[in-house]
Amino acid sequence: MKRRDFLKGFLGLPGILGIGSASKFIEEERAFKTTRTQANAKNWEIYLKRKESKYEPKEGSYGVLFDATKCIGCRRCEWACNEWNKNPNQPIENFERSRFETNSVFEKIRRPSAGAFTVVNRFEVDGKVIYVKRQCMHCLDPACASSCFVGAFTRTEEGAVIYNPTVCVGCRYCMVACPFDIPAYEYYDPLTPQVTKCTMCFDRMVEGKVPACVAVCSADALKFGKREDLLKLAHKLIADNPDRYFPKVYGQDDFGGTSWLYLSPVPFERIELPTGLKKSPAVYTRNYLFAVKVLEILASPVLVYLAYKAMSKKGKDEE
Amino acid sequence: MEKFVLKGFKQKLLLAPDFKSYVFGLFTPWNVIAGIILLFGFYAMVYRLIFGLGPATNLNNDYPWGLWIAFDILAGIALAAPGLTLGTAVYLFGLKDYKSFARPAILSSLLGYVFAVIALLFDLGRYYRVFYPIVWSWGLESVLFLVGWHFFLYVIICVVEWFPAFFEWLGQERLRNFFSSLGIWATAFGVIIAGGHQSALGALFLIAPTKLHPLWYSPLLPLFFLITAVLGGMAVVVIESSITHRYFKHQLKRFDPKEFDKKTLGLGKALAVVLTLYLLLKGLDLFHQEKLNYISSTYGVLFVLEHLLFGVIPLILLLWAVKEEKPFWVRILSFWIALGIIVNRLIVCLIAYNWYIPWSQKYYPSWMEVALSLSMVVLVILSTRFMIRRLPILSD
Repeated sequence: MKRRDFLKGFLGLPGILGIGSASKFIEEERAFKTTRTQANAKNWEIYLKRKESKYEPKEGSYGVLFDATKCIGCRRCEWACNEWNKNPNQPIENFERSRFETNSVFEKIRRPSAGAFTVVNRFEVDGKVIYVKRQCMHCLDPACASSCFVGAFTRTEEGAVIYNPTVCVGCRYCMVACPFDIPAYEYYDPLTPQVTKCTMCFDRMVEGKVPACVAVCSADALKFGKREDLLKLAHKLIADNPDRYFPKVYGQDDFGGTSWLYLSPVPFERIELPTGLKKSPAVYTRNYLFAVKVLEILASPVLVYLAYKAMSKKGKDEE
Repeated sequence: MEKFVLKGFKQKLLLAPDFKSYVFGLFTPWNVIAGIILLFGFYAMVYRLIFGLGPATNLNNDYPWGLWIAFDILAGIALAAPGLTLGTAVYLFGLKDYKSFARPAILSSLLGYVFAVIALLFDLGRYYRVFYPIVWSWGLESVLFLVGWHFFLYVIICVVEWFPAFFEWLGQERLRNFFSSLGIWATAFGVIIAGGHQSALGALFLIAPTKLHPLWYSPLLPLFFLITAVLGGMAVVVIESSITHRYFKHQLKRFDPKEFDKKTLGLGKALAVVLTLYLLLKGLDLFHQEKLNYISSTYGVLFVLEHLLFGVIPLILLLWAVKEEKPFWVRILSFWIALGIIVNRLIVCLIAYNWYIPWSQKYYPSWMEVALSLSMVVLVILSTRFMIRRLPILSD
C-alpha cells in the first residue's frame, strides 16, 4: 500500500477548487434538516466486502500524526473532508479566509456535527495562537463500539473505527460514551436519522490513498502512516526540538491509545483535549458486566431456594 | 354511583350502565386537568414523529440524552421498583403483614415500566428498530444491551405477576391459580432481572469517567442506583398506599387505620435503614476517592445541597417520625425521598454530565419534552386508577 502520494490522490476528487456544491451553506450546527451523508454507510459496505473476500495478514494499523505547531488554520482539511465524503460544502476560499477574519468560526470552540466530520479550532495560549484539528481519534479500544447495544461500530484492522447506520436504533449512547465528543446526530431527520462521524477515509485507505484531510494539508501538519512509525517519529521530533513541543505524544496511551496522535507546543489540557485517563473507558463497563453476571450466578441458588420454600408453604396453606 | 348492578363484560369494564354515562362520568375537575396535560403531551408526540427530535427537543450533540432519558427512564424506572422491593418481601420472604401491599406494588411496577418504555420510543431516533437488540443485532459488550434485555424480560415478569389479579377479575379461577404459582418463580427471577437493570442504569455512566463530574462519578454508581431504586420502590409504596387508602377505602375488605399506620411506620423504618446505608456509602466514596477538593466549587455546592436536602435531613426526620410514631410524617418524607431520587437522576444525567461545558451551554428541556414526560406521569396515574377501580388489586 502506497501512502505518500500527497495531493496526487486528490486529482480524482469530484469537486474542483473554488466550485462549491452548496452555496447557501450556513456554518451552524443546526443548519441541515438531514445531511443524507452516505459516507458512513459506504465505508461499512467496503468493510463488509473486504471481510468476506480475502484474508489479509495483519500488518499493523495506521494512524495520523497531527502537529499543532505546524497547523496554520487554513481549514482546507475541513473542505477536503466535506468534498470527499459528499457532505454539504462551500467554496474553499470561504474556509481559507476564516483565519484572517475577525468574526469567523474561530470565535467559538466547535465540535464535529452532522455532516461535518472534522473542524479546526483556534486557541490562544499565553498570547500564542494554536490551531487544533478535531475529528474522530479512532481509538484502539473505542468506547463507542463497546457502548453500542446493536454493535453498530467496529474497529477495522487498518485502525479506522467505522459505523453501520443500517442497524443503528438511535439511542445515542455512543455520543455519551465517546470521551472526545465526536459522534454527531442528525436530529433534524424525523425518520431515518443517523450518527455521523469521521471514517479516517477507510474507503481511501483500502485503495492505498491517504485520508482526504491529510492529502490536502500543505502545512505538513498531518502525517499518515503506520501508528508505530508515527509514534517513533513523534518521539524523535520531541527529542530533536525540546523547545518546540510539550514532551508528550497525545494518544499514545490516552483513553487506551488512539490511532490519531497529537503533538502540541503546550500541555494538552490547554487545547481542550481530554486528559486524565490512560485506559479505555470501556474497561469500566466491561468490569461491571462481568461483576453483575457473577452476582447473578451467586444469587440464583438463594432465589431458587426461597421460591421453592414459598411454593411449598403456599401449598400447605391451601390444604 | 355504584348503585346499579353490573351485568356482563361491557358494564364490568365501563363501571357504568352504558357507554354514554361512562363518558359523561369522565368529566370531573381532575380529569379535565389530566386531559389538558395529555393534550399537550399528544401534541408533542405527534410533533416529534413528524418533524423529528431536533425541532421537538432541546437535545444537541453535547447533550444526546435529555429529560426523556433522565426523568422518564432513569427516575421513572427507579420509582417503578415497588414490585422489586415489596413483591420480593411478600412472595419470597413471606412477609404476610404486607401482603395487601403486594398487588398495588406490582401494578405500579408494571405501569411504570410500560410507560417508561413508551416514552423511550419517542426518544429513539429510529424507534421502529427498537426490537433490533432483542432480535438479531447484538452488542454484547454494551451495558445498554443488558438494560434493553432486562426491560423486556421484566415487563413480562410484571405481566405474569399481575395476571392473578387480572384472571380473578375475569373469573378464570384455574388461570388465576396457575399464574399465582408461576408468580413466585417470576418474582425470584425478577430479583435478578430488576437488580441487574436498576444497577445497570447507573453503570451506563461508568463509560464516561471524564465526562461525569467526579463528585458523582464513582465505581459505586451501579450500587448507588440500585440502592436508591430500592428506596424509591418503598417510598412509592408508601405514597401509593396512602393515596389509595384515602380514595378507595370502600374497596378494602378490612380497613383498620391503626394497622395501616403501623405498616407505614414499618416501611418508614426500612426506608431509614436503606437511606443510612446509602449515605454511608456516599460518604465512603467521597473520602476514599479523595474528592473533597471539589466541594468548594459550584458543583460542590450542588453536591452538598443535594445530599443535605434529600439525604441527611429526610433521614433525621424519618428517624424522629418512626421513633415518635408519626405515620403522617413518614408519608410526607416518602414524597420527599421520591423527589430526591428524581433530582439525583436529573443531576447525574443532565447537570453533572458534560460538566466541563459552560453553564450557558447546558441543556434544559423544551416545553414539548416536559409535556410528554408529564403526560406519561398522568397516564400512569390514570391507568392505575382505572385498574384499581376494576381489578381486585386492593381487595386481595
